Amino acid sequence: MARAAEATTVTKGTPVGRRVFLGMVGLAAAGVVFGSKAQDWLEHALAPITSRDGTGLSSFLPVGRFRIYTVTGELPNKSEAEYRLKVGGHVNQPLDLSFADLQAMPPTNLDKDFQCVTGWRVHNVKWVGVRLGDLLTRAGIKPGAGGVEFHSFDGEYTESLTMDQALRPDVIVAYSMDGKTVSSEHGGPVRLYVAPMYGYKSCKWLDGINVVQGEPQPGYWEVRGYDVDGWVGKSNGRDDTPTS
Amino acid sequence: MVATTHRPAERQRLVRFDKAERTLHWVNATLFLIVMGTAAILYIGPLSAAVGRRELIRTIHVWTGIALPVPVLLTLASGRWGAGFRADVTRLNRWTQDDRRWFRSFGRDPYVRLGKFNPGQKLNASFVAGVIVVMLATGSIMKWFGYFPVDWRTGATFVHDWVAIALFAVVIGHIGIAFSDPDSLGSMLKGTVDTRWAREHRPRWYEEETTAGAETPLQ
Repeated sequence: MARAAEATTVTKGTPVGRRVFLGMVGLAAAGVVFGSKAQDWLEHALAPITSRDGTGLSSFLPVGRFRIYTVTGELPNKSEAEYRLKVGGHVNQPLDLSFADLQAMPPTNLDKDFQCVTGWRVHNVKWVGVRLGDLLTRAGIKPGAGGVEFHSFDGEYTESLTMDQALRPDVIVAYSMDGKTVSSEHGGPVRLYVAPMYGYKSCKWLDGINVVQGEPQPGYWEVRGYDVDGWVGKSNGRDDTPTS
Repeated sequence: MVATTHRPAERQRLVRFDKAERTLHWVNATLFLIVMGTAAILYIGPLSAAVGRRELIRTIHVWTGIALPVPVLLTLASGRWGAGFRADVTRLNRWTQDDRRWFRSFGRDPYVRLGKFNPGQKLNASFVAGVIVVMLATGSIMKWFGYFPVDWRTGATFVHDWVAIALFAVVIGHIGIAFSDPDSLGSMLKGTVDTRWAREHRPRWYEEETTAGAETPLQ
């Protein structure tokens, strides 16, 4: 009798496996819908821990970290020594600058968040670079210039700003990020950092700045649907807290 | 070998995983290796930089992920080939009193008599089944984000990332435990376990297989 009852439990039992499975699917669905809020909350909650973590292990956690995007097959790579930045187009004096030339110009420090249009945000990134406005002034903007186009040495990516946007003090050609030369995956050795706009405006692997008459050509992602004026919190249908 | 004693099953072996189950396991293992390897390359900055070719890596990652449910579904849907697997899916789903006791005592309760699978294996199987579905769904939202609300892209990424971290932990644990139990690992390679192992570690399964009516219990 007892044996028969036991045998029944062996074959029947509670369907815990199914509950685990359905529970995971349910939690994941909730995570998709509310994950963006949970992400914000986690980033604030974990920021004091991750910023003091000496082991570097927290960089594996999906909070407050950069995602590395490239539009080409390979991650572009150039050393500081071989790097050149050309500033040209509708200017009086085209420039051809080395990494050292940029470092020799008056530096601008920006300690600001980096917000991606896909949703992630990295708080308090320490950027050092040269104001784009300083570079343009050094090259001498000719009358009638309407905007600036940016080229990446990945051979594919482009970006653009209006002249008003380009002359803002929080738009820099950055060569240092969090105390180190901007690394290859972050767009180094030199990239654009447009503090008040979504990350796609901050052209990585920057090697060409071209001043144009009239309207500049929209950038790589703008041709593919992103807003040309990519203000954080006021474009692309998003309501993130402004970064600058 | 002198095999015959008063306990004829002593030196013999029990079929634990049939050919269909072993094939499915190793096909799955290969797909998981690819999907997790490419995930690591996409996620870990220095690895991304070292490997490059992001578009290619992402394509491999996405299509391997999409392929992941296929072997399981095919085996479930197949006739005789998948019979053993379907029976084991039922076993993995059902938790007995013994399973609960085993789980609460972290496997130390000496009076627990387990069936074919221990509760850790049951949880692992349910978790992996959940992972396949959840990662496929969230990964699809990430890939085809244009069809979903803006927030869902962030939410799907959030879920995909955390589940991936849990999956890495579970898979590393799974492999570690497999290597610590050569009999068990051997049965996933060759299909059979020593009957002594079965009697000691899976007494209820041993009884199921060796009592009258069991289909070809011994090999």
